[in-house]
Amino acid sequence: MTIDVVGVSKRFKSFNALDNVSLHVRSGELVALLGPSGSGKTTLLRIIAGLDWPDAGEVRFDGEDALARTVRDRNVGFVFQHYALFRHLSVFENVAFGLRVRTGKDKVPDAAIRARVSELLELVQIDWLADRYPGQLSGGQRQRVALARALAISPRVLLLDEPFGALDAKVRKELRRWLRHLHEELPVTSLLVTHDQEEALELADRVVVMGHGRIEQVGTPAEVYENPATAFVHDFIGETLALPAEVRAGRLYAGDRPLALDSQGTADGPARLLARPHDVDFADPGDAPFAGRVLAVRTFGPVRRADIEIAGRDGPVVVEAAVPLQQDLATGGLIGLLPRKYRVFAASA
Amino acid sequence: MGHGSVTAGRQSISFRRRSVIPGFGLTFGLTVTWLSLIVLIPLAALVLKTTELSFERFVAIVTAPRTLHALAVSFGISFAAALVNAVFGTLVMWALVRYDFPGRRLVDAIVDVPFALPTAVAGIALTALYAENGWIGSLLAPLGIKVAFTPLGILVALVFVGLPFVVRTVQPVLADLDKQYEEAAASLGASRGQTIWRVVLPTIWPALLTGFALAFARGIGEYGSVIFIAGNMPNVSEIAPLLIVVRLEEFRYADATAIAVVMLATSFILLFIINRLQQWTERRTTER
Ligand SMILES: Nc1ncnc2c1ncn2[C@@H]1O[C@H](COP(=O)(O)OP(=O)(O)OP(=O)(O)O)[C@@H](O)[C@H]1O
Ligand SMILES: [Mg+2]
Repeated sequence: MTIDVVGVSKRFKSFNALDNVSLHVRSGELVALLGPSGSGKTTLLRIIAGLDWPDAGEVRFDGEDALARTVRDRNVGFVFQHYALFRHLSVFENVAFGLRVRTGKDKVPDAAIRARVSELLELVQIDWLADRYPGQLSGGQRQRVALARALAISPRVLLLDEPFGALDAKVRKELRRWLRHLHEELPVTSLLVTHDQEEALELADRVVVMGHGRIEQVGTPAEVYENPATAFVHDFIGETLALPAEVRAGRLYAGDRPLALDSQGTADGPARLLARPHDVDFADPGDAPFAGRVLAVRTFGPVRRADIEIAGRDGPVVVEAAVPLQQDLATGGLIGLLPRKYRVFAASA
Repeated sequence: MGHGSVTAGRQSISFRRRSVIPGFGLTFGLTVTWLSLIVLIPLAALVLKTTELSFERFVAIVTAPRTLHALAVSFGISFAAALVNAVFGTLVMWALVRYDFPGRRLVDAIVDVPFALPTAVAGIALTALYAENGWIGSLLAPLGIKVAFTPLGILVALVFVGLPFVVRTVQPVLADLDKQYEEAAASLGASRGQTIWRVVLPTIWPALLTGFALAFARGIGEYGSVIFIAGNMPNVSEIAPLLIVVRLEEFRYADATAIAVVMLATSFILLFIINRLQQWTERRTTER
């Protein structure tokens, strides 16, 4: 099922939680909504589910107006961040809930419910926990129950709000792979909210980067990482080494020194040169476009990082650079930085 | 649990488990001492007093028609009033928690009035209202409904004094219930009614039982407000506490205590059953 979000806006009092958001999700895709806290991810997901209504804009499932239908009739599986399992019901009854509430001609016979719930519990690999209560489960197990419960109604759209948010790193990784696998087995279009970029990049077909209630960029994990559309995306995805610069008459300057670097068509004014730390080489301070003093060097497994203080327009800035293992770097010494691959953005952006 | 102790599991003989919360001995000792001073010793004195009676005499007193009737009125109407409060108290509480209407805070404060009002004042006010020439009584009279000076009047008084118990015990539980449970139910296709019946009610059920038990207990012991509105006709609208007072005024102390002991035992058994029921429902929702 395709999902179309067209020009959706949502205000809470005077605060713009979503500002003219448009998004197209293809049938069978797994899309991750990625963004910092408060960027409107949950709000967007709730509007798609029918738990909230937008002030303006449209939501369409397979081209049909979804806003005309309530959450009850949208047939979406929603997995809540804190699972929201019914504490007074056993695992089995939690999963069966969506089938038990069907009445009249949609009523599901008891035997069919049993069969379906067993099948789902097997699918999420917790069939042996069927008689337990949610309070007796670990976080990862609760997560699986929440998923099985959402899947019981055979949803065509699966919405997950930070499904692994409360779990430790190891369990997350395991569940992540398992979710990807599950998504491929089921005829479902999935939308997953996360603020963990590793999770989004590893799991999703496409990533939607959100910031301040707007969509900053939509693309494959490789696209948003290699080719960030805005400085916000560059900063948010992956590590960023930001160097202060200025564009004057189309040329790039560091302080008063013109640089032999491309301004990439950025408008005149204060600018920021953004690069991945491993795309910045060390060089002789005299020849390099940027130079600074080494404040500290840290070794962390195979990675070495250096804090380098560089003169900026409004006083010194400290950047963190990746140091090749063979590089000699003395604390307190001067060192030059030479970006091999970089992007230039206006400083206000 | 089961930390190398004598036995394992729930059927442990030792009721003292290893725990991270210290002070078991001290708190247990304090509890027993306090309960003894305030509750157990007076009750024991009560029971002791009845031993002045021969067994035959005791049976004769408590099986006298007037006594039996008073007991039936007290327990029956208290139970009915607690039921009424469980239903309507829940509705009041629901409105207070879930809706923001003008005057909500005022209504919230009014709920506590039966706690604070001297019961005699409540009884006189209710009698004035429900008497045949009172505001409400005059409306009911043409319909042939008499409230004041009938058992129905007792019910009205007990509903009045019991209301805050239900509202105040259930209110915090509903207020704490995250709306995401209801959202989850709706997203799974449940109607509003199904959501309330299958998700919300089971969650507030233990608290509701507690509120019911408190309102019930209060009703059994209530005296002040009832005697004004009940009419106090023996074998019709006489409550057991009043009968006890009547016997005391006749200097028949042993008779009075015999009735009191029966009330005490019955209340205890009923409250114990409700308490177990409440624990059972609670264990199902908070099983760890
Ligand atoms: N019911 C509400 N009333 C008022 N403001 C709200 C409400 N819900 C959300 N907001 C505001 O809208 C903004 C977006 O919230 P949202 O929950 O969508 O963020 P998010 O991207 O999911 O963040 P997080 O990663 O922390 O979950 C936040 O600034 C939040 O304070
Ligand atoms: Mg959120």
